Amino acid sequence: MAEKLLEVKNLKQYFNIGKPKEVRAVDDISFDIYKGETLGLVGESGCGKSTTGRTLIRLYNATGGEVLYNGVNVHGKKSGKELKEFNQKMQMIFQDPYASLNPRMKISDIIAEGIDIHGLAKSPKERLEKVHKLLETVGLNKEHANRYPHEFSGGQRQRIGIARALAVEPEFIIADEPISALDVSIQAQVVNLLKKLQKERGLTYLFIAHDLSMVKYISDRIGVMYFGKLVELASADDLYRNPVHPYTQSLLSAIPLPDPEYERTRKRQAYHPDVHQYEDGEDVRMREISPGHFVNCSEKEFEQYKANYNHNK
Amino acid sequence: MKKLLEVKDLHISFHTFAGEVQAIRGVDFDLYEGETLAIVGESGSGKSVTTKSIMRLLPQGNSEIKSGEILFNGENLATASEKKMQKIRGKDISMIFQDPMTSLNPTMTIGKQIMEPLIKHRDLSKSEASKRAVKLLDLVGISKPETRLKQYPHQFSGGMRQRVVIAIALACAPKVLIADEPTTALDVTIQGQILDLMKDLQKKIETSIIFITHDLGVVANVADRVAVMYGGKIVEVGTVDEIFYNPQHPYTWGLISSMPSLDSQDEELFVIPGTPPDLLHPPKGDAFAPRNPYAMKIDKEEEPPMFKVSDTHYAATWLLHPDAPKVEPPLAVQERQAKFRASIKGDK
Ligand SMILES: Nc1ncnc2c1ncn2[C@@H]1O[C@H](COP(=O)(O)OP(=O)(O)OP(=O)(O)O)[C@@H](O)[C@H]1O
Ligand SMILES: Nc1ncnc2c1ncn2[C@@H]1O[C@H](COP(=O)(O)OP(=O)(O)OP(=O)(O)O)[C@@H](O)[C@H]1O
Ligand SMILES: [Mg+2]
Ligand SMILES: [Mg+2]
Repeated sequence: MAEKLLEVKNLKQYFNIGKPKEVRAVDDISFDIYKGETLGLVGESGCGKSTTGRTLIRLYNATGGEVLYNGVNVHGKKSGKELKEFNQKMQMIFQDPYASLNPRMKISDIIAEGIDIHGLAKSPKERLEKVHKLLETVGLNKEHANRYPHEFSGGQRQRIGIARALAVEPEFIIADEPISALDVSIQAQVVNLLKKLQKERGLTYLFIAHDLSMVKYISDRIGVMYFGKLVELASADDLYRNPVHPYTQSLLSAIPLPDPEYERTRKRQAYHPDVHQYEDGEDVRMREISPGHFVNCSEKEFEQYKANYNHNK
Repeated sequence: MKKLLEVKDLHISFHTFAGEVQAIRGVDFDLYEGETLAIVGESGSGKSVTTKSIMRLLPQGNSEIKSGEILFNGENLATASEKKMQKIRGKDISMIFQDPMTSLNPTMTIGKQIMEPLIKHRDLSKSEASKRAVKLLDLVGISKPETRLKQYPHQFSGGMRQRVVIAIALACAPKVLIADEPTTALDVTIQGQILDLMKDLQKKIETSIIFITHDLGVVANVADRVAVMYGGKIVEVGTVDEIFYNPQHPYTWGLISSMPSLDSQDEELFVIPGTPPDLLHPPKGDAFAPRNPYAMKIDKEEEPPMFKVSDTHYAATWLLHPDAPKVEPPLAVQERQAKFRASIKGDK
């Protein structure tokens, strides 16, 4: 899993630049995504998760920094052909299964849109066969091809979104809260499906969510964002077992678990950014606490965090 | 404990182009003073329709309470007049709707929206209501309440708006608070704050709460008792410990098994196979039978009654019939049951 598929370097995405309402939605973040892995991205509402995903897939031009996909700059100048190739390799599944499907299009046409754009089917017959195959892959059936989105439940719609993303045979999928709107048993269906497809096709995922138990379950590594910054990045197990940044600790302390006994005695930990007491101009950046486990901190905090980390392990 | 609300054999239908949708098919439950009852169940199982009917807020025109009683203070709300209901809504029983964005009026200040029920139901003067509104905002943890009262909803974040909605719902210190997915749109840190807030306020004003959610973690946190709905019926009800550690209905087993635990990793998540029942043509036997790996012949023919498990715990599954074969619940459930048995032994 050592091969990098995506390298994100000092990525910035600001909105309303220079105006009083300037928002630094993504503010200088760096991370890599390896081939075949699932990187989870968590953090509170508005911290910049969706903006990160949308910038990676070029829905926005980056304000600063760069994104390399297989070594090629995503936001660099490209010919029409290169752009098309690009759009085929990266796909996104959107947060809202209700809003992301055109209500006036038949399911078959929604799914085949990418097949048409990229000329992946040589004949109408091949196109239809592909659609049927995709429906089957996501656990729906042929008969569904001629229906419209309103005839489907939330979970079924989310699978149509997945079929649409898979139609162009991508390598990398950004899944933006693909399960938040669904009920528990349907969440499990969708997550199983994503995992199975990953195994069969070697897909790479960026999985954005706020349900931390599901993120833990599906991810190899997890990044935690707070106000546009990445504050911690580690393997899923290590992050849950040894969270280091006080925001990560606060986030994990708030996960509700289906265990009344545990809930009766739970203590939530609040996070106040002033605990850091950074001085002006202090060098705060991602530092490696242990191999593969990065925390955003000052030099002083780094020594302290490292001592605690080794002590707790 | 005293019963505050009794729902008896409630049947509700919607008349649609396709025919009669039998959304609620015989729901019974009680709500006791000061308790929190959580209602869980699949999307479309009837959680919102049941609770909206208590407030008599079902869409006029195509909905019909076919039979049953909703007893509150000796009054049957199922047949109460609209005039009567207007006196009860917001005063004795109030409701928090799922979406904090749509339940506030964007063109009215927060202050006005909190004061409205106070002036209407409590006959407070404007200045008294305003003082009370400041107190309420303070109670739900919003700082500088005097300034905040003059602001509009868009000047508040999602979590703060939800606090305002709670403040409005609690303005008249209702006896019953119905909260329909009040934290689903919020992230875990803010969700935690809101849950703590609701529990804290419940103690202060002694409200009973009906809490609807599909997040079982939230249920474990807030509920005293839990009712599990499937296909327009309650299929299992018990204390929170009974439902989480000793569930009896195969649908409850499915729900509990679908959740990943923080230490499960590689195995596939459990999925309840199949699709929800068609309430236009409800099946003859147990509505869950087609999706139930433990279904027996009788499940397809006859609906199971509620079997008693303990004084507080009932489940509608033929598996509890004395003549039914013993079955092994899913592994996740067996582990929970083992813990439950151990804790009972420990108590004795
Ligand atoms: N097009 C835009 N114009 C201006 N501001 C924006 C735009 N898109 C996002 N923002 C702001 O950027 C910040 C990050 O938003 P983003 O949608 O990335 O958050 P998120 O982490 O995905 O949150 P959620 O969990 O609620 O989906 C927010 O403050 C948001 O209001
Ligand atoms: N206005 C309506 N017209 C026709 N059918 C309706 C109407 N409102 C609800 N129903 C039906 O009643 C049943 C119960 O719906 P309800 O909204 O109570 O589900 P729920 O358990 O709250 O689900 P969710 O978890 O998705 O909110 C569903 O089958 C639904 O389709
Ligand atoms: Mg988002
Ligand atoms: Mg509902």
